[in-house]
Amino acid sequence: MKTDDVPQDEARTYGGAKKLMYAVREDGEYTGVKSAGWEVETYATVSAVEELDRLRDDAVARAKAGATSPLEAHMYVRRMDLATLSAVTGVWEWRVKRHFRPSVFANLSPALLARYAQALDLDVATLKRAPD
Amino acid sequence: MADSAASPRFQHRQSAHCESGVVANLLSHNGLKISEPMAFGLSSSLAFAYIPIVKMAGLPLIAYRMPPGNVIRGVEKRLNMRWVRQTFRDPAEGARELDAQIDQGRAVGLQTCVYWLPYMPEDMRFHFNAHNLVAYARDGADYLVSDPIFEDFNRCDSASMQKARFAKGAMASHGLLYYPTQVPSEIDYETAIRGAISRNYKYMTKAPLPVIGVNGIRYLGRTIDKLGKDPAKREKYLPAFLGHMVRMQEEIGTGGAGFRFLYASFLQESAKLLNNALLADAAKDLTDAGDEWRRFALQSTKMCRGRAKMDTAPLVAILNDIADRELAVWKNLRALG
Repeated sequence: MKTDDVPQDEARTYGGAKKLMYAVREDGEYTGVKSAGWEVETYATVSAVEELDRLRDDAVARAKAGATSPLEAHMYVRRMDLATLSAVTGVWEWRVKRHFRPSVFANLSPALLARYAQALDLDVATLKRAPD
Repeated sequence: MADSAASPRFQHRQSAHCESGVVANLLSHNGLKISEPMAFGLSSSLAFAYIPIVKMAGLPLIAYRMPPGNVIRGVEKRLNMRWVRQTFRDPAEGARELDAQIDQGRAVGLQTCVYWLPYMPEDMRFHFNAHNLVAYARDGADYLVSDPIFEDFNRCDSASMQKARFAKGAMASHGLLYYPTQVPSEIDYETAIRGAISRNYKYMTKAPLPVIGVNGIRYLGRTIDKLGKDPAKREKYLPAFLGHMVRMQEEIGTGGAGFRFLYASFLQESAKLLNNALLADAAKDLTDAGDEWRRFALQSTKMCRGRAKMDTAPLVAILNDIADRELAVWKNLRALG
């Protein structure tokens, strides 16, 4: 990549920051060049973020309607998925999934609640409520 | 060269990749001036791996470099230096040790989870546990941080730092902190560069699995070809797969092309140090391969966005062309002896 080809497409995903890339100058020498973003990368990032937001909004709505436990909603608010939450808490995926059932979640032991709360950086009272 | 910001306590140089940046900055801080590309190259960190059995958000892992930790361990071997590396079972103990080291005036490398770093832009916050940065001072309850991905210094409050260091899950850091000891004052470049390239040659061309190295690039091409012919996967899974590839390539770390340019820059620097034309040519050829990776990202994104007709044939052709180019680079480097 030539230094002139280093993309400078203001990326909202960078939050105003710039990334360093290595590119070749006119005289053939490599140098570090700051990039404001590349449309191609931004599209990929934004698609991923939008998918996470969609999962979050969907889970929050279901939690408010009582169709799933607040745990699932809080998980997506923290940009986690089932695999991540399971890895972070050390609770098997099938158990976590079971805890998405409101009736099961309502009877969780304080120890398990504390484990989820810690992983999600919430206090237990907040964990028990559906997020806004 | 890369822009830098200086503090009396630490010199920050922005980098393309977090781990090679932290390693280069920490070694330079401790008296061994070294560039980011040189740290990356000497640790033999360029790679390619397509690992369908390891999933990230339900999609296979595609890596363009060696796994996290390789730059740190790689320079240790090649430069004959030592790191102190500590992990902690007890997070409080980890915090005490970090504070004790910083209060002694030491700049310390840390492995952290991106999600919990407060200065990270919102759209970049994902649960990725292997992000490296340097903590070099304390100011009240904050750590002063040199995160090589950013242009300048950052600040991180101690509660967030604790969460970032002790986040659990895949590639969990367990509070890993590291700093160099026994740093040599100069490098025997002749031996180090040849050794590092020869090792990297083996990773890229002699891997025992078909999904690693140059062969892995072709394997990925065949996978995309199959997805394009599978009516059940063509419509939804294929675009998701391609989008995921572009993210892995361009965003996570510095991306496939970025790593090619980083290594090409290492080859160019080496060509000058050893006064070797073969290395200079290899740098040019690898740069061309990096450009092809970017063309792949551009093409597949056009197709995902519906701005071009979804057609896997040209994508597979680009991947095979990249494999040919990279194989040629490594075969030429082999002649280095």
